[in-house]
Amino acid sequence: MAAPMLRWSCLGKRWVLACIDGGSRHGRGAAIGCTSRRKRGQSSVAQQPLITVQKSRKGEHEWAAVVGLEIHAQISSNSKLFSGSQVHFAAPPNSLVSFFDASLPGTLPVLNRRCVEAAVMTGLALNCRINKKSLFDRKHYFYADLPAGYQITQQRLPIAVNGSLAYSVSVGKKPSQVSTRTVRIKQIQLEQDSGKSLHDELRSQTLIDLNRAGVGLLEVVLEPDMSCGEEAASAVRELQLILQALGTSQANMAEGQLRVDANVSVHHPGEPLGVRTEVKNLNSTRFLAKAIDSEIKRQIHELENGRKILNETRSFDYKLGCTMPMRDKEGKQDYRFMPEPNLPPLLLYDTASLPPGADPQQVINIDWIRDRLPELPGKTREKLIQKYGMLPEHSFALLNEVGLLEFFQNVIKETGAEPKKVTSWVLNIFLGFLKQQNLAVNESPVTPSALAELLNLLDRKAISSSAARQVFEELWRSKGKTPSQIVSEKKLELMQDQEALERVCHTVMEGHPQVVMDMKRGNPRAINKLIGLVRKATLSRADPTVIKEILERKLLS
Amino acid sequence: MLGRTLREVSTALKQGHITPTELCQKCLSLIKKTKFLNAYITVSEEVALKQAEESEKRYKKGHSLGDLDGIPVAVKDNFSTSSIETTCASNMLKGYVPPYNATVVQKLLDKGAVLMGKTNLDEFAMGSGSTNGVFGPVKNPWSYSKQHREKRKQKAHGENEDSNWLITGGSSGGSVAAAAAFTCFAALGSDTGGLTRNPAPHCGVVGFKPSYGLVSHHGLIPLVNSMDVPGILTRCVDDAAIVLGMLAGHDPKDSTTIQDPVKPFTLPTSADVNKLCTGIPKEYLAPELSSEVRSFWSKAANLFESEGAKVIEVSLPHASYSVVCYHALCTSEVASNMARFDGLEYGHRCDINVSTEAMYAATRWEGFNDVVRGRILSGNFFLLKENYENYFIKAQKVRQLIANDFVNVFNSEVDVLLTPTTLSEAVPYLEFIKEDNRTRSAQDDIFTQAVNMAGLPAVSVPVALSNQGLPIGLQFIGRAFCDQLLLTIAKWFEKQVQFPVIQLQELMDDCSSDFEIEKLSSVSLKQ
Repeated sequence: MAAPMLRWSCLGKRWVLACIDGGSRHGRGAAIGCTSRRKRGQSSVAQQPLITVQKSRKGEHEWAAVVGLEIHAQISSNSKLFSGSQVHFAAPPNSLVSFFDASLPGTLPVLNRRCVEAAVMTGLALNCRINKKSLFDRKHYFYADLPAGYQITQQRLPIAVNGSLAYSVSVGKKPSQVSTRTVRIKQIQLEQDSGKSLHDELRSQTLIDLNRAGVGLLEVVLEPDMSCGEEAASAVRELQLILQALGTSQANMAEGQLRVDANVSVHHPGEPLGVRTEVKNLNSTRFLAKAIDSEIKRQIHELENGRKILNETRSFDYKLGCTMPMRDKEGKQDYRFMPEPNLPPLLLYDTASLPPGADPQQVINIDWIRDRLPELPGKTREKLIQKYGMLPEHSFALLNEVGLLEFFQNVIKETGAEPKKVTSWVLNIFLGFLKQQNLAVNESPVTPSALAELLNLLDRKAISSSAARQVFEELWRSKGKTPSQIVSEKKLELMQDQEALERVCHTVMEGHPQVVMDMKRGNPRAINKLIGLVRKATLSRADPTVIKEILERKLLS
Repeated sequence: MLGRTLREVSTALKQGHITPTELCQKCLSLIKKTKFLNAYITVSEEVALKQAEESEKRYKKGHSLGDLDGIPVAVKDNFSTSSIETTCASNMLKGYVPPYNATVVQKLLDKGAVLMGKTNLDEFAMGSGSTNGVFGPVKNPWSYSKQHREKRKQKAHGENEDSNWLITGGSSGGSVAAAAAFTCFAALGSDTGGLTRNPAPHCGVVGFKPSYGLVSHHGLIPLVNSMDVPGILTRCVDDAAIVLGMLAGHDPKDSTTIQDPVKPFTLPTSADVNKLCTGIPKEYLAPELSSEVRSFWSKAANLFESEGAKVIEVSLPHASYSVVCYHALCTSEVASNMARFDGLEYGHRCDINVSTEAMYAATRWEGFNDVVRGRILSGNFFLLKENYENYFIKAQKVRQLIANDFVNVFNSEVDVLLTPTTLSEAVPYLEFIKEDNRTRSAQDDIFTQAVNMAGLPAVSVPVALSNQGLPIGLQFIGRAFCDQLLLTIAKWFEKQVQFPVIQLQELMDDCSSDFEIEKLSSVSLKQ
């Protein structure tokens, strides 16, 4: 038998398809191009309220929920898994379809090397055992957006198995109480994506877009080691960060590059697992958590009322906030798996097993890939904590936004300010502004250099904290100005002239004898009033700590 | 001129005795005269004439592309041909015009071959008669040969001759008939369970199945992917070797093709069988084997022995399981491969539009014949979760055992196996259709299937005429990727047996000048 052939990306031919008449009663196909709703800040996950999973009533056992996940991540690659057509999100319908993607008879799959490398990288990053030999299978079902009538996947012998994923969830009331958990990874398999169906109920027809058909997917199967929506969402979030760090998937849930199905069941601890349902169509981590928790609640409610849980597929209705049975998945599917005869076994090598004289373009060396793995989020956080004395939750927050860590590091490079100060500014003020305006880090009007300069001014005590805040707001509004320019334009610099400040203090004290009396009598709030008055007189350009020093000195004299 | 071999006509083209256009026109006119054979589904006259014209220009400039330049060829209608309808003899693909060429077709065209048309077959190549396609059965040119007619007249007088025509065997019957009736110099068939080799002996031509992986099957509309191999049909072994040389090698579009570079296939003019060891599989001595075939088989063995070769009996103990094993594997892959024909992207679509499912069901019902539907049903049954272990997995294990039988034999001293290709000579159509397709396929492929399951090269060589004046062939099976040795032995054998040329001049009186039959027999048989 021939050795596996690996294909380098090449341009695919175009194939335009006509629409299909004949309505369909399915509900599966999502509308094409539903991207207007932009999603940022998946960090809301950690703040999800925990649903009471365990419910105890008199004389009753507690309930425990068991959650497993099947995650499909679209591989970030120029071309599809088995054909040379290009991969682009939101390209005109049926503009990225090769003869193979349209399943023209006689066409054959040719494995894309990039997708195999992505699977190996992901497997290594998730502590999996990489199978040096893996196989491809056909999974059969009839659906309009599956042109061949089967999907090529890896059912019998997947490329990676037995891994683990560590993730953190907040426990207790304070966000700083983070606990690390681990979920086992059963396997990672390479498979084809399907096309998309668009059901036009009005004209009773279904339109098919095959642009997505044949795009490479990594199916990551997480063992049922989770017990609530928040855990599942945190695990998915961590996986998302890992995939993004590796560059193996853009993993954007809103764009469908990361799709999650959850298997949910409930049982009494110590008893066998309950009947599970599969919850589909979860397009954000927030809805994932909500869907799982509502499904857990529903199952407990059903069982407590003496009803049974059916082994069925349900979808999450985000408007109603609960799961509903999916109509088109009624009845048992038999996928009639069969080995894919047109693809020889996929063979991988390590340095020890590499055949001598092998063409490096034709073989994949696992060790070579391992040596070149980028730093993973867990390691990055660890380093942040060590290097900057950062709180763990801050390290999470920095990694949670695309580009935020890089922004932070660029600020640090150019400022002498304390890392804690930088962290606080980046996470509180900078991120707050971004969130408020629903912007991504790379869309920010404030550059890292500008923020660094601002923090330098603050650090040198050239401006007060409140002035700094004002400068920041101004920076956000008027792009192009430097902090120093704004400080001088707005006359925000602190009064450096000690004598002048002493004169102002003296005048204020003389003008408010009653307050001075109160202070002398020991009223602690009186000094604050005086400080306020001095600041007002200096148009907020004086440092309150310095004012306080002067006032206290003058009182004693 | 038409009766010559590919090599001879290639020489004539190079020497300018005939031009590619003249040759093409002669073939086209013969195709029209032999239309009743039903060998072609589509005759690509315009394309062929254009290709011939281009070839002629090359010859004039002295830029010939080699042995195949200007040579008329035919291709079975289950190979995709760009801008030429490709039907698989099925309603499902009537009117389907592929936008690309199968790799083997492209390779032929790149070498300057002239494509005469697409040849008839059983629907989706499922059959052993070339009788069940939607365009009707293929008739065996030997039905009309002088040799057969004379024999039949002696036996049964007053029989209605026209209704007594013979089948070619299948499923590559159209390609075989096209090559046998001199309408082309080489034809491509597809060989899955012996579909190239089964009809070849019935029509007195050479049918060659290369090792699996030597020739790309990209663009061949699949029957059983793991066994499908493009087959080569020619009038002599040398010609098969020439075509193989053009087709063999790695194809980036087919991951199952070999990576190593392929050397050109040139066969020595004289071979020495002295050191050869020929194996005779004892299990192939089936009770259904006709006495005539058996007798030619043993004569052939004697021939090898008398020329100094070692001839030994060998055993392929699992051979008897090959038919059932093939059935389970073939139908399973068929069920899977046929799933794509749903009427959405291409091919037939019914008028029903109540729902997608109803549309699928009606489209597939209308598009496939009983045989195809039957195999899809069995295949899906074998692939069901509850049956998979008991049928598919078992059949795969048996397939391995069958393949191991061959490995064991070839690991001993055996270089080549000598076996019958078919049970008997060609049978009349009326006889053939008394049995159903499944029974027929099971009976007729028994000597050929196992080779496909093991991925080995095999060649059927015509040996002699039966009492009925009909051709009988024998098969040689070689080691995997030892195609050249196999063809060398076949060529030696061909030279010894001097198989007679079909005499069709009664039928095509006005073509007799093209045939030069009498001269031919001396040309093609004594080299």
